[in-house]
Amino acid sequence: MPEPGHETKLLLDDLRKVYPGLPVLDGVTFDVAPGEFVSVIGPSGCGKSTLFNVIAGLERPDSGRVLVDGDDATGHVEPFAYMPQQDLLFPWRTVLDNTTLGLEVAGMSRRAARERARPLFAEFGLDGFESAHPYELSGGMRQRAALLRTVVQDRAVLLLDEPFGALDSLTRTDMQTWLDGVRGRFGWTVLLITHDIREAVFLSDRVVVLGPRPTRVQREVTVDLPRPRDIGLITSAEFAAIEEELLTVLRDRSR
Amino acid sequence: MSVRRTGGLRTVSAVVPSLVLVALGLVAWQWYVTAADVRPQILPSPLRVATQGWAFREQLWANTLPTLQVTAVGFGVSLALGWALAVAVDFSPWLRRALTPLLVASQTLPIIAIAPLLIIWFGFGLLPKVLVIALVTFFPIAVGLIEGFAATDRQATNLLRSMGASRWKQFRYVRLPGAMPSFFTALRIGITYAVTGAIFAEYVGATAGLGIFMSLQKNSFRTDLVLAAVVVTALLSVTLFVLTYLVQRLVIPWHGKERRRA
Ligand SMILES: Nc1ncnc2c1ncn2[C@@H]1O[C@H](COP(=O)(O)OP(=O)(O)O)[C@@H](O)[C@H]1O
Ligand SMILES: [Mg+2]
Repeated sequence: MPEPGHETKLLLDDLRKVYPGLPVLDGVTFDVAPGEFVSVIGPSGCGKSTLFNVIAGLERPDSGRVLVDGDDATGHVEPFAYMPQQDLLFPWRTVLDNTTLGLEVAGMSRRAARERARPLFAEFGLDGFESAHPYELSGGMRQRAALLRTVVQDRAVLLLDEPFGALDSLTRTDMQTWLDGVRGRFGWTVLLITHDIREAVFLSDRVVVLGPRPTRVQREVTVDLPRPRDIGLITSAEFAAIEEELLTVLRDRSR
Repeated sequence: MSVRRTGGLRTVSAVVPSLVLVALGLVAWQWYVTAADVRPQILPSPLRVATQGWAFREQLWANTLPTLQVTAVGFGVSLALGWALAVAVDFSPWLRRALTPLLVASQTLPIIAIAPLLIIWFGFGLLPKVLVIALVTFFPIAVGLIEGFAATDRQATNLLRSMGASRWKQFRYVRLPGAMPSFFTALRIGITYAVTGAIFAEYVGATAGLGIFMSLQKNSFRTDLVLAAVVVTALLSVTLFVLTYLVQRLVIPWHGKERRRA
């Protein structure tokens, strides 16, 4: 639970959404502090992606508001950089040109966009793959390229929808450690959807548990573990206790 | 380079069985005509088709050029119209609903009955032939493009929208390039229809061209020259067909690679 007086980057205020005949969001309310990493977990089909679409301004909520730095941003796309579940790298563009897509769409010249994206390639483990095509990349590299495309847009909040869902578990672990590192260095504000409890605990400052559809926040669990996170942390008692707590909440509501 | 070479080898080995089959067919045909002593007016031997075709090569060539020209103009018109319509439909849901049934209906027009009418209305010139070709090729091209645009992944559209892309930018950055494989498939179907359409239109009425050449030779029982013209037509179609692959490789070099990986 956020302590009183703490800064708020993003505030979701009683978001509701009904698809024809299907209530999905039933008053979702929580906030995210600047530089905070918040994970959202919940049973599949409960409305996590719908929530992201609403936050990202891709779909209108029936009621409720999305506030960024205190201003109403409901239905606005500009404050958010959105990374969908599939990597969606386009085969007709090189890796570099895939990562600059958002900048080009925003009207930046191709040249300026490349100059902005290129320096990030080393940090994202993509050095030397600028002019490669997406089919030449491994699964982990594809996700990092998709993430580079997301962060280079320099938006206030990153929305990552199960970015590592399709990776094998070794690559996944590598990616989590790496993401924790870069996030710390860049100070991003991140909202991440995952169905992996361990991933949520490992990466987050706070985990928001959503209930079954129609969904609302069931529990918020603060993860008070030292950063940067080390892979050895996973076997610690504190880590296990938080995992246990989340598991219990998820199990309770599935009955 | 090595990839391309194996690709080339694969293409060559892919056509070998067809060539063997054609050769066997020709041998059997030659043998039958000789053994049964068939009159050449009924069925000429392949050798006779070849030698007479060669003897009349200048006349065949003089008739190939007009056919090629008609095909190019007709197909060009069809491409331009197909693109214009498909783009318009992609931007307007109203047009999509209005035009889809009409597109399907245009395919049920009996060309065999329409073509002679077009000749009556527009004479022996270029126009009626261009119209026939456009009628038979327009549909596959327009539909191939419309479906290609519409097949764009919903998530990809969302991604572009989250970047702040207008409808036009969504089209330019994702829908258009994404539709190119589908377009080239449609182009291949269209180009073979185009040649057939040109021959057909000429057969009905023309001053020059392979179609009218076949018609005239048939009337004077030169079956061998009809078949020689058929061979030229087939070569023309195959050449244009292969050409579409070359253009495709230039325009969307990424296409085959991505598919092979998946
Ligand atoms: N555009 C839509 N129209 C109608 N129903 C939808 C739409 N998008 C998602 N849904 C439905 O809403 C529910 C929640 O979906 P989603 O947000 O994708 O769940 P999650 O990401 O938690 O697995 C599902 O039952 C899904 O079928
Ligand atoms: Mg989802």
